[in-house]
Amino acid sequence: MSVHGLRKRYGQVDAVAGIDLQIERGEIFAFLGPNGAGKTTTVEILEGFRTRTSGEVSVLGVDPANGDAAWRDRVGAVLQESNAEPGLTVRESLQLYAGYYRAPRDIEETIALAGLDEKADTLAPQLSGGQRRRLDVALALIGDPELIFLDEPTTGFDPSARRTAWHVIEGLRQLGKTVFLTTHYMDEAEELADRIAVIAGGRIVAEGAPGTLGGRNRMASTIRFTLPEGTGADDLPPDLRALLAGDDGRVTLTTDTPLVHVRALAEWALERGIDLPDLDVRRPTLEDVYLELTEEPA
Amino acid sequence: MTTAAARGPLALVLHQARFDVRAFIRNRQARFFTLILPLLFLVIFTSVFGNDIVGPGDTKASAFYVPGISAMAVIAASFINLVISITVLREEGILKRRRATPVPAWALIAGRTLMAIAVSAASVVVLLLVGRFAYSVHLPARHIPGFAITAVVGSITFCVLGYAFSTAISNEDAAQPMVQAVMLPLYFISGIFIVPTQLPVWLRNVAKVFPVQHLAHGLQHAFQPGTTGIGIVWSDLGVLGIWLAIGLGVALRRFSWLPKAATG
Repeated sequence: MSVHGLRKRYGQVDAVAGIDLQIERGEIFAFLGPNGAGKTTTVEILEGFRTRTSGEVSVLGVDPANGDAAWRDRVGAVLQESNAEPGLTVRESLQLYAGYYRAPRDIEETIALAGLDEKADTLAPQLSGGQRRRLDVALALIGDPELIFLDEPTTGFDPSARRTAWHVIEGLRQLGKTVFLTTHYMDEAEELADRIAVIAGGRIVAEGAPGTLGGRNRMASTIRFTLPEGTGADDLPPDLRALLAGDDGRVTLTTDTPLVHVRALAEWALERGIDLPDLDVRRPTLEDVYLELTEEPA
Repeated sequence: MTTAAARGPLALVLHQARFDVRAFIRNRQARFFTLILPLLFLVIFTSVFGNDIVGPGDTKASAFYVPGISAMAVIAASFINLVISITVLREEGILKRRRATPVPAWALIAGRTLMAIAVSAASVVVLLLVGRFAYSVHLPARHIPGFAITAVVGSITFCVLGYAFSTAISNEDAAQPMVQAVMLPLYFISGIFIVPTQLPVWLRNVAKVFPVQHLAHGLQHAFQPGTTGIGIVWSDLGVLGIWLAIGLGVALRRFSWLPKAATG
C-alpha cells in the first residue's frame, strides 16, 4: 500500500493535509492519533468509502476510489461503528458474508480462529462486546483477504477482552495478512505493530518501529528517589548533581546513560548507609512520546 | 463449495433474500406489524361493518375489507418494515460493512425487495384464506392473475418508496413513528379502513394523488362482481408506476449506505 501527498479538504480545513505512507506486505501497521486528527478520514479513503481532494493512493495496486468487486475480494475491513447482523447467529452471519465472495475461507475454521466455537449458534446481537468484535474480525476474514483494516478494534473493552482480541490479531500475522490497525491505545500499538505512524492535525508527525518512534530510544531516562531526612540533593556527588532535573521532596535526575548513574548513586548511598526504597528508573514510554508528538500548540 | 457470488446474479439475490427472510422471521416486532396487525384489522373491521351493503348487487363491506387490508399488508411488509429495518441496518453500520465486501449494491437491494414480496405474499394469502372461509369473500379464479400482478407491482413500488423515504430519517428511533404518521391518514382516506363509497368525494380525490389508494383500489377491483378480464386496473398500475419512478429518482439521488449520524 502506498500513499503520496494525500489531502482531504472540508470547507476551509484540511482534515488530512498531505500525508505519505508506505506499508509492506505482511506487515502489521498501526496508525495512531487523537480524535479529530484525520485518522478515520484517512482510513475511509483507503477503504474506498470516501473520496479524496488530492494525492496518490494505491492499495494492493488499485486506487480505492475505483475499487471494484475484484479489489473488495482482496480487502477486509473491521469498521469502527458496525454492529451485529440482527436476527442471525454467528454461523449464519458468516454464511451470509461467505456468499458474497467467490473463494471464501472455511466457515468453521474462521469461527475457531476468532475463538467463537461455543457461540456459533448464538444470535449475534446477544454476544458480549468483545465477542461481537471478534465476530467482526471473523466477518472481515471470511473472504480470505490479503489486507485487513482494523479501525479501533478494542475501544471500550475490559482488559481481558482486549487480550483476547490481541491474540486474534496476532493470529492474522501468522496467516501472513497485512494489517492496517487504527488505535488510540499505545500499549495496543506497542504489543501488535511492526511499525507505527502518528498523525496529528492531519499530518504524520512520526513514523517508525515501536521501540524507536519519535527518537524514543535516544530520549533520556529518568531516575527518581526520595532522600532520607537530613540529606539533600546538594549532598549528591557532583556528577549526579549535574543531572538534577527536579527536587520536590522527590529527586529527579535525567540521564542518557542510566546504568552508569544508577551505579554511582548506589555506591554513594551504600557508603553512607542510606537506603532508597522508592528508587525508580524509567525509560520514556510510547505514551510519553505520543503525548509529546501530538501536543496541541498552546 | 461454490458460493452464491460464484453462481451468478440470481443466486446472489436469492442468497440475500434467504437470510433477510430468516432475520425477519426472528424479529417479533416486524412479525407483529406485518403479519398479525393486518389480520387483527381485518377481523375487527369485518366484524363491525362487514355485513353493511355498500354497493350495487348487494356488495358487502367485507368484499372491500379483504382486498383493502391486503393492500395494507403489502404496504406493511414492503414500505413500513423496509424503512425501519434499512434505517437500523444503515445507522448500525451494517450496510456499510456489507458494502466493504464485493457484493454489488443491486444484489442487496433486489434480495431485500424479493424478501418483502415473499412476506407480502404470505401475509396476503393468510388474509384471503381468512376472508374466504370466515367471511365468505370470494376472489374469482380468473381474477387471481390481476390481483397477484397488482400486489407484486405494489410491493415493488412500496419497497422503492421505502428506500426513498428512509433517506429522510436520521435515526432508528424516528423510523417507526415517521412511517406510521405517513401511512395512517392514507389508510383512512384510501378505502382501507373506511369503504371508499362512504368517503366524501373531495377526500377520495385527495387520496387519488397517493399510491395507497391505487393499490387498494386495484386489489378491490378484482373482488367486484362486475369485473371482467383478469381483474386488473391499468390506470392504478400506471399511477403506481409513476410513484415507482419518483421513488427511484429520489433513492438514486439520496440513498446512502453510510450512517447519517457519522457522516453528519
